[in-house]
Amino acid sequence: MSTAPLLQLRSVNKSFGNVRVLHDVDFSVYPGQVTALVGDNGAGKSTLVKVIAGIYGRDDGDYLFEGKPVEVTGPRDVAAMGVEVVYQDLALCDNLDIVQNMFLGRESRKGVVLDETAMESRARETLASLSVRTVKSVRQSVASLSGGQRQTVAIAKAVLWNSRIVLLDEPTAALGVAQTRQVLDLVRRLADRGLGVVLISHNMVDVFEVADRITALYLGRVAADVPTSELNHSQVVELITAGRSGSLGIAENPATATV
Amino acid sequence: MSTSTTGTPSTDKDAGKKGTSLADTDFAHDSTQASTLGESLRGYVARVRGGDMGSLPAILGLVVLMIVFGLASDQFFSLLNMANLVVQAGPICLLAMGLVFVLLLGQIDLSAGVAGGTAAAMTALAIADRGLPWYVAVLAGLVTGAVIGVVIGVLVARLGIPSFVVTLAFFLGLQGVILYMIGQGGSVGVEDPVLRGLTIDNVPVVLGWVAAAVLVVAYAGGSLLRYRTQVANKLQHQPLSLVVVRVVVVGLIVLGITGLLSLNRSVNPFFPIAGIPYVLPLVVVLLLICTFVLDRTTFGRHLYAVGGNAEAARRAGINVARMQVLAFVICSTLAAVSGIVQSSYTGGVSPASGGGNTLLYAVGAAVIGGTSLFGGRGRALDAVLGGVVIATIANGLGLLNQSAYINFLVTGIVLLVAAGVDAISRRRRSASGL
Repeated sequence: MSTAPLLQLRSVNKSFGNVRVLHDVDFSVYPGQVTALVGDNGAGKSTLVKVIAGIYGRDDGDYLFEGKPVEVTGPRDVAAMGVEVVYQDLALCDNLDIVQNMFLGRESRKGVVLDETAMESRARETLASLSVRTVKSVRQSVASLSGGQRQTVAIAKAVLWNSRIVLLDEPTAALGVAQTRQVLDLVRRLADRGLGVVLISHNMVDVFEVADRITALYLGRVAADVPTSELNHSQVVELITAGRSGSLGIAENPATATV
Repeated sequence: MSTSTTGTPSTDKDAGKKGTSLADTDFAHDSTQASTLGESLRGYVARVRGGDMGSLPAILGLVVLMIVFGLASDQFFSLLNMANLVVQAGPICLLAMGLVFVLLLGQIDLSAGVAGGTAAAMTALAIADRGLPWYVAVLAGLVTGAVIGVVIGVLVARLGIPSFVVTLAFFLGLQGVILYMIGQGGSVGVEDPVLRGLTIDNVPVVLGWVAAAVLVVAYAGGSLLRYRTQVANKLQHQPLSLVVVRVVVVGLIVLGITGLLSLNRSVNPFFPIAGIPYVLPLVVVLLLICTFVLDRTTFGRHLYAVGGNAEAARRAGINVARMQVLAFVICSTLAAVSGIVQSSYTGGVSPASGGGNTLLYAVGAAVIGGTSLFGGRGRALDAVLGGVVIATIANGLGLLNQSAYINFLVTGIVLLVAAGVDAISRRRRSASGL
């Protein structure tokens, strides 16, 4: 990869009491690319995301943003750098409409009064620029949206705030075929706009469709970090389930094979 | 798949200035208007069928009650009783308006009634015992309410005690406080001409008409201005016909009530009584302020967000605990206003002030008006509409000279029906995705 990573973790370790969840994890997010983070349950994906999001601290290791080490003490620091996490449960308010949700906590104001004109226009522009075509009206209540549309709103919220990096936690897990299609198209468009996208997914079809790189975690270690083009489906499955596949993966060494 | 807009990824900061016509983009599906009056009417019917009933139960209930009481008692529709109804509804509306803020968060304040009683006692004693001017006394009452709200809010938000328990404790405790302040079996009269006049004096007829006209013109102007801004900026807007219908209806109601209250309602030909009781403008002003806060400010928006999904609000950077404390402060302060108005109407404060069914009337009012007990839904206007319904029940039953047990039974049933309607409409909403 010729481009420099936007965000980089170097030999990060994280333990909860006696349990070491992340072992010397290296992880990079490149601008304009979709990086898929794959791994079995308990491989450490969620922990890694929470470390990136600033929810968990690191035991040691470096956190670099645009090549420079940064001090991350909480989620606010991470959000200030332009890193947005779209959680699986989406965290939208059902009783508010799309515009209100997209601006929640960061409302535009004129004096003390909410500036509905600016907010509605910007929300519409953002959705339009992402080619979101499925929403009937931006003043629709979020409760009336389908799962895919809700996911879309959550992602568009990240775009609205000019985020540099978007982390998506299982965005298609609860979606049907057509809705998965919409969300994957959107993920691709985000990367095409120059954002760094991290896609956490169990679905190999999705991963191969949109990801540029695949980072496989196995029992808290990075088993492989390779371009998607150099892998096939069964190799990824082997990396997830056994931590190695042919020449790739963690060396078959009894000292490191156990946790 | 590719479009003109995706081809030029723009930062969204200058997106507003680009002036791209949205009809050219893929977002043309986003219709900004329900094009005709008929369409918006059908949309409304669909919403009601889907469980989003808003204030419909209150309006239907009011019509039914008016018919029943009008047939049962020939005094009910007399001008004197209509004016009396307005004054009776005042304290209920004010208390319910305060409760809306707490109910929006999905919490409850069972102590609001007695908090109002405590504040009224404070005000009455400040005048009767200390001889303070009325405005200082009222301020003392409002501060009393606000302090009670702060304590409740901190206990709920910081300690995490369920609001039901905290405010039940305050419901009992504050009755003790009132009893201590006033003394067993005693009562404090409200004789201050300004405070007493709030409910027994009327706005001069001419001034009443001027205020009503100003209100209607301001509402019409504001509605049309908003419509024009929305159209000019290609925002979602209602059809002009609906805006006009709404302005006409509001205008007729305001002018109708003003006209009714401007007629001489005295039974004694030598002492004409005419004009709007002062309490009505007080309710209207507070209604406008509350509506502004809830609809047009960040605070209001965050209140709805916390009530809709507290976790989402927290992740969006909203200080949920602070919102809870503020909601209880507003509720108790409005309860104080309500208590002072009630003491003005009854002419004094007794140890029983604010107790009994005061609070349940107000909760019933807010819920009948369309405020949800589950949080996230409700308007200040709901409280006023519901307050009128509840006041009509109390007023009508009073005219029919029913035994006290009937009043308790009817009030209990009304509260239960309102909560039932709320629960059912919530189920239907989640089923129909509204």
